[in-house]
Formats: sequence, C-alpha cells, structure tokens
Amino acid sequence: MAEKELNSDDFIKHHLQNLTFGQCSDGKWRFADGHINIGADQKAHQEVKEYTCNPKEMGFNAIHIDTMVMSLLLGGLFCFLFWSVARKASVTDPSKLQNAVEYAFDFVRTGVSDIFVPKGNKIIGPLALTSIAWVLLMNLMDLLPVDLIPWIANGFQSSTEYGWVHYFKVLPVADINAPAGMALGVAVLIHYYSIKEKGVGGFISELTLQPLGKWAIPFNMIVEIPGFYAKQAALALRLYGNLFAGEMIFILIACLYIYSGELFQAGILSQSIMWGIVGILLQILWAVFHILIIALQAYVFMILTVVFLNQAHETHH
Amino acid sequence: MNFNFTLVGQLLAFILFVWFCMKYVWPPMLKILEEREKEIADGLNAASEGRRELEEANARKEEILGEAKKEAADLVGQANQRANQLVEEAKTSAQEEAEKIKVSAQNDIEQSAKRAREELRSEVATLAVAGAEKILNSEIDEKKNSELIDELTKEL
Repeated sequence: MAEKELNSDDFIKHHLQNLTFGQCSDGKWRFADGHINIGADQKAHQEVKEYTCNPKEMGFNAIHIDTMVMSLLLGGLFCFLFWSVARKASVTDPSKLQNAVEYAFDFVRTGVSDIFVPKGNKIIGPLALTSIAWVLLMNLMDLLPVDLIPWIANGFQSSTEYGWVHYFKVLPVADINAPAGMALGVAVLIHYYSIKEKGVGGFISELTLQPLGKWAIPFNMIVEIPGFYAKQAALALRLYGNLFAGEMIFILIACLYIYSGELFQAGILSQSIMWGIVGILLQILWAVFHILIIALQAYVFMILTVVFLNQAHETHH
Repeated sequence: MNFNFTLVGQLLAFILFVWFCMKYVWPPMLKILEEREKEIADGLNAASEGRRELEEANARKEEILGEAKKEAADLVGQANQRANQLVEEAKTSAQEEAEKIKVSAQNDIEQSAKRAREELRSEVATLAVAGAEKILNSEIDEKKNSELIDELTKEL
C-alpha cells in the first residue's frame, strides 16, 4: 500500500516528471533523487545526504533517460523495419510487409516531390521519411494507457510506490527536448541551404532588405528575423504543444479512475462504478479524436520540414 | 519546458536516423520502385506490341483464308469442267459405238434378207417348175423348160 494517500495533484505532477540523470550539487552525475531504485535500499531516498539531486537545479546538465530510451527504441524500430524490407525487397513479388512499407515510402516521396522544387537533393527524402515515421511512432505512444509503461518500469507497482524506476514518461514528444532536437536539426539545414544557395550576403539581405528596401533596414529586421526564427521554433512547439495537451487530457481522465478508487474504498460502490465507466468512455472518445492529431501532427511536421527547406532554396529577388 | 542535454541527444539521434535512412533505406527503396515502374511500362509496351501483332496476324489470316477459298473454288470449277468433259466424251463414244452397232446390224439384216430372198427365189422356182409340170403334165422339152425357168429365175 501507498505510504500516503494517492491524490490527483501528485498523480499529475508525477506523470509530468521525466526520469532524469544529471549533475547533482556535488558535481557528480546521478539519477535524480528518488527517480530510480534498482539494487538500492528501499529507504535510500529518505537518507540525509550532503548533496541535493533535484532535476530543477540541474539546468542544462541533465538528460532525460526515458525520452532518450523511448525515442531511440522507436527510431531503431523504424530503421530496422525499413532496412529489413529494403534489404530483400522484390520488384515482382513483394511481401505484404513490403507493400505496406512501399506505400509509406511512396506517400513520402510523392509528398516531397510535390513541394520540393530543387532536383537531386539526397537529404530531403530520407529527412522527410525519418521525420514522419519517427514522429508518428513517438506520437503513437500517447495511445498507451498513461500508467502502463510506468507501472511495468516500476516493477509492476503503482508509479507512486518506490519500485525500480520511479518516474517514466512514455511519450518522448511531450518532452520539449525531442521535438526541439529535431527542429534544431531542420534549422541547421535551413541555414546551410540558405547560405549555400544564396551566399552569406544573399541570406542576410533576405532578412534585412525586404519587404521595404534598404532605407528601412531596422524595420525589415524587426519583421523578418523573428518571423524566420519563429517558424523554426513553431515547428517544435506545435508538435510539443499538441501532444503535451493530448497527454494531459489522458492524465486528467486517468484521475477519474483515482476518484473512482477513492469512492470504492469509501464504500460508495454505485458511484464508484459510474465514474469508472465515465472514465472509460472518455478515454475511448479522446483516443478516437486524438489518433487524428497523432497522424496529422506527424504529417504536418514532415510537410513543414520540406516546405521550409524548399523556401531555403528559393530566391526572392 | 525544461531544456537540457536531452536536446543534444535527440539532435544526434535524429541525425543518426536520417543518415541511416539516407544510406540504407532510401536508395534501395527508390531503386525498387523505379525498377517496378520501368517493368510496368515495359509490360504495357509489350502488351500494345502484342495487340498490334495480333491484329496483323488476323489480317494475314483473313488474307490466307481468302486465297484458300479462291483456290478451292478454282479447283472445284476445274473438277466440274473435267467431269463435264468426261461425260461429253463418254456420250460421244457411246453414240459412235451405237452408230457402229446399228450399221453392222443393218448389214446383217440386209444380208439375211438377201439370203432369204435368194432362198425364196430358188424355192419359188422349184415350186413353179413343179407346179408347171403338174399343170402341164405334158411332154415338154425338158431342155427348153429349164431354159425358160432360168430366164424366169433371172427375172425374179
């Protein structure tokens, strides 16, 4: 049994905390306090220590293990799946899996060739395919019950108990670092192609000499530079925001189950069952609605990546 | 929002996956699809070529069939002609034969009639002489009689 009463506030906070490995106040890298308990004394987290190990104090010197593990697993799954199909693909006698993979491949190829004008670019296709497939797989993690993987990771105990892994966020895109990492990669490519296609001067003049010409350079910069970087930041924020919100709703719906459990323990059986059923119905309803967002956001991420890189190749003058 | 080193990790992972996809996924998949497109185009070309050849073969078939019909008709015509000719020849030869038979039969009849006439004549002569002998029953110079009879015979 839990040491303290399970309440919704703690439950929500718990589910928004990543499994963090970072630099503690004594300069050493450890898992944050209470985040992991494998092989350690159950009471270790209660001991008085001469250092603190709080994720909020770690700043940039920390890494979210759950985000990294899930995203690497899912990206690896994508790579392995497509590689194993591509390796023994047949022209005349494709397997069912090959058909499915080919469909996805062709979908991306058509999407890219409709938008991306320059020919012979070797990065844009794989970039688009990796973006949509990886983002889609990561987004799909949102459909797993919010407590399933944390429960398994915690040694088949409620995530508020001190089991093996105390914190585990399954959805990598609900951690701003994952979408921002991808958007950062895209931003680097946008700068690279802008400068490669237009030269440093061309790139700078694009940000300073329009829309009003050289007599209004400060105004032009105020208009153009935030716009240029905002769209790259928005690429990450759009995905993060949509999926974070979706995950949040799932967590709130899960709170209904906690409420239902409380009523059950208080002996009010009929209301307990009612709230349980309401929770199930809401969860199904939201999952049906959210699956649209999951696919749509993956598609939007891919399309915008291609659009931005196409813009980087365009000259306006 | 809680930026930290995960950002760098994710960027590196993204680069790694894109690189992998660029090296081991995109080129072979593209190759497969392009080969399939080529194969389909070839197949369609072969199909239209086949259709064209079929049409040609049909036209040639009609031509050969027409020729064969014409030849057959010619042959039947020739055979009919030959048959008619044979019938005509047979008719002619039969007529000739009949004519010959008729002629020889007439000859036979004439000869028979002649012979009968001769016999009749000699018999009549004998009868006449005997009759005359009886009628006359007289002494008639036999020599003179026979001369008479001979004359008669010649006149008959």
